[in-house]
Amino acid sequence: MTTPTKHERRIVIRPPLSLAGTTRDENRKLIREWWAELDAAEDEGRPVANVFVMGSMAEILRTFDMPIAFPEMTSLQTAVRGRSLEYITTAEDAGYSPDICGYVKADVGVHLQGRDHPMGRLPVPSLVVATNLCNTYIKWGEIWERMYDCPVFVFDIPGWRGSGFETKPSSGTFRDDVRYVEAQVRELIALCEEVTGKRFDIDRFRETLAEVNELSRLFQEVLELNQHRPAPFNALTEGINLMGIVNAYRGSPKGTRFLEIAKAEFAERIDSGVGAVPDERFRLLLVGTACYSNFRDFAGLFEDWQGVFAHSDYMSFAGGALDRGVHYDLDRPVESMAEQMVLTTQEAMGGMFWGQDWLTEVVRDWEIDGIVFHGVKSCRTVSTGLPDEREWLLRRRDIPGLFIQSDLVDPRLWSAAQLKNRIDAFFESLESRRAIGARR
Amino acid sequence: MPTEPIEQIVDEVRAIVEDPSYPAARRWLDTHPDGKVLGHFQVYFPEELAHAAGVLPIKVAGFDTALQIRKADAHLAAFVCSIARSALELVMSGTFDLLDMFVFPPICDVARHSCAVWARNFEDIDCQILYLPHNAASPAAVPYLAGEYRRILREIEEVASTRVTDEALRASIQLFNENRRLIRELYRVKRETPWKLAATEAYLLTRAAGVMPREEHNEILRRALAALEEREGRPQDRIKVVFVGGFCEQPPLDLISVVQDACYIVDDDFMVGLRWILEDVPVDGDPIEALADAYLNRSDYSPVQHDPRKPKEEMLLRKIRESGAEAAIIAAAKMCEPGLEEQVGYSQALFAEGIPHLVMEFEEKSTTFEQTRMEVETFAESLLFEFA
Repeated sequence: MTTPTKHERRIVIRPPLSLAGTTRDENRKLIREWWAELDAAEDEGRPVANVFVMGSMAEILRTFDMPIAFPEMTSLQTAVRGRSLEYITTAEDAGYSPDICGYVKADVGVHLQGRDHPMGRLPVPSLVVATNLCNTYIKWGEIWERMYDCPVFVFDIPGWRGSGFETKPSSGTFRDDVRYVEAQVRELIALCEEVTGKRFDIDRFRETLAEVNELSRLFQEVLELNQHRPAPFNALTEGINLMGIVNAYRGSPKGTRFLEIAKAEFAERIDSGVGAVPDERFRLLLVGTACYSNFRDFAGLFEDWQGVFAHSDYMSFAGGALDRGVHYDLDRPVESMAEQMVLTTQEAMGGMFWGQDWLTEVVRDWEIDGIVFHGVKSCRTVSTGLPDEREWLLRRRDIPGLFIQSDLVDPRLWSAAQLKNRIDAFFESLESRRAIGARR
Repeated sequence: MPTEPIEQIVDEVRAIVEDPSYPAARRWLDTHPDGKVLGHFQVYFPEELAHAAGVLPIKVAGFDTALQIRKADAHLAAFVCSIARSALELVMSGTFDLLDMFVFPPICDVARHSCAVWARNFEDIDCQILYLPHNAASPAAVPYLAGEYRRILREIEEVASTRVTDEALRASIQLFNENRRLIRELYRVKRETPWKLAATEAYLLTRAAGVMPREEHNEILRRALAALEEREGRPQDRIKVVFVGGFCEQPPLDLISVVQDACYIVDDDFMVGLRWILEDVPVDGDPIEALADAYLNRSDYSPVQHDPRKPKEEMLLRKIRESGAEAAIIAAAKMCEPGLEEQVGYSQALFAEGIPHLVMEFEEKSTTFEQTRMEVETFAESLLFEFA
């Protein structure tokens, strides 16, 4: 009898699960509805806001019934559908450098080609809300400002400050930050009133905040389910579906309901002993993002070794800090939104720059065997310090890590053989480490 | 008494500016044995805060081939600009071993990450991010920034074991007002009589501000301006250009030289942080609030600040008009996300206005410029024919 190949080992017979596929089906339905809403808004002449996953300010925009477009998501979708390169090259032909963010270029390319996206039609923004959480957000907003003469509101949330910094609600710095952010919440509300012609409805705002509280609670519970062995979902492949919905439907009952469906499906997998990756052998933590232009190949390089991503920092920073626990006080909605924005954003974004302590906690609580640091040319926000963080965690905390590089959406930066060599070597080192540990 | 030749003054500052061991700072420490040194990354830092505490502020702007990158590459992703590598290498290699504190502004994602990389690796250096406001037009920005300046001042006071009075701050503001006035005067000479002051000379004289005590720099500028009064010069048949793209990583001096061989650079954004504040900062009232107000409301523009009151294309067009330039060179450092993105907007605006321009990239560690020379010469010659 021959030894099964890695691919053959992945083919297993699972017990029938009554909820199998429910999360995926709901995800597809909601994404279709999201695109339909954007199309309808354009047809009806309703204003649409372009926002970003880190600090979308959906709480405010949804209060004004303003549909929100996430260009990071729509650029990602061009890559998953194998279309990103044609848009990227369109943007490069218009003068955009090969060395800037591929998300920006994929989006600019779609706009330059008449806004027809593989999944719908990109709206013309009536308003852009760009937080400072990624500096490219601001530059991206300026591009639409030039294209469409729309207002760009830079929502500034002061972040992690450096050596010895901790976010302490009792500190003067925290109070200064909150005062500044609260003023901007009020400025944005006034701007939304101007753009939509509607009055701000504080009760509607409270409802939205309450929905986000619930979304955050559920999101934390879903993430915690993956502490189970085997992990019921892959934070890389299924994680991206969760992130799409929690962003697009933040503050909407549909987003909350989606997480209830996901939670039920993942809980059923746990009850049935079914893992996201058959015969799970390695539990991984992804730091950075995936390569969406070669998404299946990227995931396969780890699944071939029966490695599952039990967690990712992407599910923290790209979730608008939902994982940190958002607790809006509905009795003081505006003030509380400012406080929670500062508190959770500084934790989530601080984790991106000064992430070693949070990563160590995740390694402990999710029983991680190794961290995969994936640097992408497109995103210096997530990538710049990864080699240093990897080296620090290995040296100071004895946590093994792999550093690899490709891109988010640009397939020209995908080097399959090089990536496979490095990933295989990493798993071999994890196996050796495990064998040495067993002998001790 | 005859004034000294300007060439001699420029040679003097060049030796200081191009030495990555920061000789002027070392000399200052010889005479201030308990002195502390605060480094800061591009683009802008209110150096008055350090000066008032008796701390020497040093503006770190990267280096060309005088500094080889050997250690820093292992700590940063591949797609990161050269200046971030240079700055890290300066300290990792021990070349610049004088720092007690280092401050990064949040100008880009590389700068924000760099602060964490530094803090992880240099536990003896107080590494801080001075969170300059990105919502520059918000009425809440000035009070917020004043609070942030006070926070940084407390860090400086702790590092220097001192307390800073308002009086000390006002005295420092006056010193730096004088420095900015002298630099403005230098730029006026370059703008109005570019044949009397080469772009490379103006660049070195300005950049020196960041690497030596400001009192010494003021004296150097006074000497230089006096020498320029005496300098003979005759206008040549060259086009006048504005050069932008040097707000953070600096183009190698040889590249500036290549451009000035064919053009008069009558204005630029080299080391713009040293000239960020355009008017004197008032010394009556609260000095911290005056500095915060000046940063936001009496200031220049750059690709790393979004301020709806200062649309960048309009600011560039104004710079071109006010300097009497006929064309522009739109440069950007390789891998610099904000600089590269700005090139497109600038280019579109210049096309719309019919202003000739050349788009280029540079890297501080470039060593060959023949291709650039050919491009610039071709560009300049084509315009000379057009304007003839």
